[in-house]
Amino acid sequence: MTHLPLDQQMLDSCAALLLLLSFAMLSQRRIVTLVNLYALQGAVLAAATLLLAWRTGEGHLYLSAALTLALKVAFLPWLLHRLIRRLEVYWDTEPLLNVSGTMLAGLLIVVFAFALAQPITLLSSTATRSAVGIAVSVVLLAFLMMITRRKAMSQVVGFLSMENGVFFGAMSASYGMPMVVELGVALDVLVAVLVLGVFFFQIRERFESLDLHHLESLKEHE
Amino acid sequence: MELLLLLALPIAGAALLGVIGAGRRAPEINAVFSLGTFLASCALTARVIRHGDLLLAGEQFFIDPFNVFLVTLTAFVGLTTALFSRPYMRVELDHGRLTPGRLRLYHSMYQLFMFTMLLALTTNNMGLMWVAMEGATLSTVLLVTLYRTPASLEAGWKYFILCGVGIAQALFGTILLYVAAGKVLGAQGVTALLWTHLDAVKGQLEPTVLALAFVFLLIGYGTKVGLVPLHSWLPDAHAEGPTPISAVLSGLLLNVALYAVVRSKVLVEGSLHSQLPSMMLMGFGLLSVVLASLLLWRQRDIKRLFAYSSIEHMGIATFAFGMGGAIANFAALLHMTVHSLTKSSIFFTAGHAAQKSGTQLMDRIRGLITLSPTVGWGLMLGSLAILGVPPFGVFTSEFLILTTAMRTQPWAAPILLAALAVAFAGIFSKVQPMVFGETNARRLPHAPALLPVFTHLAIVLLLGLYIPPYLADWYRAAAHLIGGP
Repeated sequence: MTHLPLDQQMLDSCAALLLLLSFAMLSQRRIVTLVNLYALQGAVLAAATLLLAWRTGEGHLYLSAALTLALKVAFLPWLLHRLIRRLEVYWDTEPLLNVSGTMLAGLLIVVFAFALAQPITLLSSTATRSAVGIAVSVVLLAFLMMITRRKAMSQVVGFLSMENGVFFGAMSASYGMPMVVELGVALDVLVAVLVLGVFFFQIRERFESLDLHHLESLKEHE
Repeated sequence: MELLLLLALPIAGAALLGVIGAGRRAPEINAVFSLGTFLASCALTARVIRHGDLLLAGEQFFIDPFNVFLVTLTAFVGLTTALFSRPYMRVELDHGRLTPGRLRLYHSMYQLFMFTMLLALTTNNMGLMWVAMEGATLSTVLLVTLYRTPASLEAGWKYFILCGVGIAQALFGTILLYVAAGKVLGAQGVTALLWTHLDAVKGQLEPTVLALAFVFLLIGYGTKVGLVPLHSWLPDAHAEGPTPISAVLSGLLLNVALYAVVRSKVLVEGSLHSQLPSMMLMGFGLLSVVLASLLLWRQRDIKRLFAYSSIEHMGIATFAFGMGGAIANFAALLHMTVHSLTKSSIFFTAGHAAQKSGTQLMDRIRGLITLSPTVGWGLMLGSLAILGVPPFGVFTSEFLILTTAMRTQPWAAPILLAALAVAFAGIFSKVQPMVFGETNARRLPHAPALLPVFTHLAIVLLLGLYIPPYLADWYRAAAHLIGGP
């Protein structure tokens, strides 16, 4: 049996942790915990980026790790927690699909994601290319979460988790994107959450609830 | 220099209007900044015509006939919409549907929206293009919910989530493109996302990865084009937002998104040497045309009706780009132009009609022509133009697309023709009673701005009768760039 270098093993562990956290988010109904899980996912992502930066000596990866830490571990979770307290949304209602069903669907998604990632893994020359499958899984699991949840807040966490997955994909397949693009993406995510904050207050002011079933009246008119 | 002005003016406008926004002259300031942007775009066009393609700011910006024509169109419709919105938004304010604070938000975001679209068009960096496209969504979400009605909040939420998820797919596609390019252009190359560099090496890019990238890019940007089955945000956002926003969303944003799709297609096709991208564009395009023309019949809201018509027309253009080749590309570009001009003018008149009748429900809008002949005729002529009645420009482009389809894709031509006929009957039967017959409309405190409407329709008419040779050359050059079989 061949022994992988330690840093490689740690990177792989990070990838596995990311996937585990995605599953944890999928089953979590308490919104405060959901945000904490998201922060944890950000932290693992930052750790993985840092490891990769140290290993490859790419300067811009350090910057990108710092950006992840500041935005996804500190600022966004803080903002979301504040929103939760102000809006008093603590629990999501029963998801559209029950937990075991969701988990089963999640497993199938992971298998599919690895099949999808096959050609990318073959093409890429990075040390972390085996993790691309995990990145695709994280994206698709977040997508599943967005489909099955009813509360606006859970959908937003799903959306942000999807962005984490995409980001991890970029990192493992090509050691990140050019800096200007990464900054732009971070800016967009930041603005998106701010816009959503405003938006939530508008929804609340109108419906006195953040349950999305209020937002289902715009059906096709018969 | 021109480019700097083009991008800096909307930003400056957004900042200025954000600070002073609620002042009485804000609509005029908005229009002045739009005028400046339009002049800058004209100067840029003149420069491209004189000197050919431009690469600016360390290759981050790339201007060729394809995007400069869309830049001019975007700036022009941006200007006319700003002119239209002056009296329109004042009436909304008088009717108490808006507060001065929201009007400030509206003006500021309007300029920001223009900026994001112009950035998406002019940038050479596929990553920056993504950033700008997402920015375009973000700057308009709060405009869709400007009235804060339950329906508008729902529309805004749908718009945000669907386009957000869609655009995340596009980001993944962009990353795949970067990975594939890194193989050829050097793994850490900053050039690996620049379209011109990608275009130069597209023959060497790994086909399987590019095929995957194209699927993600098409789903991502296709959501914003409004391709069926990713379209469900579009009618809601168009119907519930303020009318000037419906006009720019329909007339401009959809074009910009389609531009992103076509830029991706050029790269992928060069790598794949197969029919896959063409087939996908044709499939999505045809599906959009057929479904939208059927759904048209069920609409009761005037803005929803024309939103579905936008889906149909974007479908036609997508289908034409899918066919590829000089004539189809030419026709698709022409179609984007005339659709953008006609549809925004229709939204202008529809907005005034809704204000006069106090409702957007079509069965309560009656006899526009008795009270206000210009609004009535504007709506009638606009509808006829969009339905492809000769001699309007839409007829020319649809005719070219249909004849090309008969020659190269004979299976699709009857479907396309049938869908167009269904859409014709659907829209005409709904517009006719709104324009003629007994009236229930009232007078408005501010005279509607109809100059933009008739300017647009006049240009569309002109394009139908006679395309000036320099414009034809320009379209031809752009069509050549897009290529295809």
